[in-house]
Amino acid sequence: MDFLRPASWEEALAAKAEHPTAVPIAGGTDVMVEINFDHRRPDVLLDLNRIAELQEWEVGEDTVRLGASVSYTSIIENLRSELPGLALASHTVASPQIRNRGGVGGNLGTASPAGDAHPALLASGGEVEAVSVRGTRMIPIDEFYVGVKRNALEPDELIRAVHLPKADGPQQFSKVGTRNAMVIAVCAFGLALHPKTRTIRTGIGSAAPTPIRAKEAETFLAAALEEGGFWENGKIIPPAVARQFAELVSGAANPIDDVRGSASYRRHALGIMARRTLGWTWDEYRGNERSAQCA
Amino acid sequence: MRLTFNVNGRQQEADDVWEGESLLYVLRERLGLPGSKNACEQGECGSCTVRLDGVPVCSCLVAAGQAQDRDIVTVEGLADQAKKRAAAGCAGGACGTTLDEAKQWESKPADGQSGEASTSPLTLSPIQQAFIDAGAVQCGFCTPGLLVAADELLERNDSPSDADIREALSGNLCRCTGYEKILDAVRLAAARAGAETAGTGA
Repeated sequence: MDFLRPASWEEALAAKAEHPTAVPIAGGTDVMVEINFDHRRPDVLLDLNRIAELQEWEVGEDTVRLGASVSYTSIIENLRSELPGLALASHTVASPQIRNRGGVGGNLGTASPAGDAHPALLASGGEVEAVSVRGTRMIPIDEFYVGVKRNALEPDELIRAVHLPKADGPQQFSKVGTRNAMVIAVCAFGLALHPKTRTIRTGIGSAAPTPIRAKEAETFLAAALEEGGFWENGKIIPPAVARQFAELVSGAANPIDDVRGSASYRRHALGIMARRTLGWTWDEYRGNERSAQCA
Repeated sequence: MRLTFNVNGRQQEADDVWEGESLLYVLRERLGLPGSKNACEQGECGSCTVRLDGVPVCSCLVAAGQAQDRDIVTVEGLADQAKKRAAAGCAGGACGTTLDEAKQWESKPADGQSGEASTSPLTLSPIQQAFIDAGAVQCGFCTPGLLVAADELLERNDSPSDADIREALSGNLCRCTGYEKILDAVRLAAARAGAETAGTGA
């Protein structure tokens, strides 16, 4: 095994071009588990820890460029107002030790359907900045997840950053597990209201081969809110609308039975999470932030 | 490959390190520092927790090569670190160890058996003493990781709430389920530090 330690981004890209099978390692919270358990023996490890800019973020006028290695801890501490959904999701990642090391780039690289960041990224919308010596590609987050633990990256590409719009409305994240810490999601749900465009976006985790959006549910809810003039009048969303939204979210999932939960439980739980997160976000939109932040 | 890094304030070298090896393995098997425990090897249990440039991490998930030129503090270095911290004081809330101080660190012999026992009496960091006094140690396997995590919590938050303590220790499992005593120990350490500060009028 070779261990490459590029000191700059350019060096890292050159190394990845020269060794397309090299496995990038940043926080190591996925890669090292695989190596420790002998599930993987990469011929080359490409350490990205020395590349300082990967740990930096820039808050622009409309978007945040989040470096691939910005730790979940940093996201929680620094980007709660710009990226509330992702900050909430980050807080549910494993433990302090893991949040100190792991970041969104690794979640995207691994592309596990259970990655905690994915539902928040899908609900927010955004682009993945994928870079190689050939140039830079901006991959819409909707097109990034292409299969179970497979993403749209080419072998010579590395994730430089994700570009996420600054939240223009309330965002929520909810996750089901057996305890608060150290839990791989049984299923998870992210919801973002986008009042500027009067749209809704969602993200479902751990309930399909890839992280997915519940597009029908989004369209239905956006139409229902528009029709009732809810964005202007700020009235409470009728239970029938919330119920229908929940059912559509539930229906969008394509879960399996596994050790963490059954398919039918996951569908059921997604419906509950959809209804609750809708209630929380809508309360916030109406100006009544819920007092207790417990999911 | 050769690994050069700083462990508990001392420059250390390890040779013939396999590229896929974890920092935990290097610490335990190559440097003879078995304080950090090896249990789950997947970041679930926290018993291998060390500080990497000050930040608590699971050393089983840090590739050895990633520790090159960086500063590690293990449970073996906690007492020294606490001493340094106390000496520096907390003026203006600026806790921690300056670079110069760090360079002067003297960690005790790692093997603890190099000839005559060290001349200095065995000293414990306040958090270690609190764990003993509160009866927070049962089988002891989770203790080193909990000590490192708790020490870091108290370094940045001198009067943590119960929720703060639970959050800070949420990545450390104790299978004797001695959590209540562990929480007691952290509260005790915080209270003692508070009493000391009040006593000196600082």
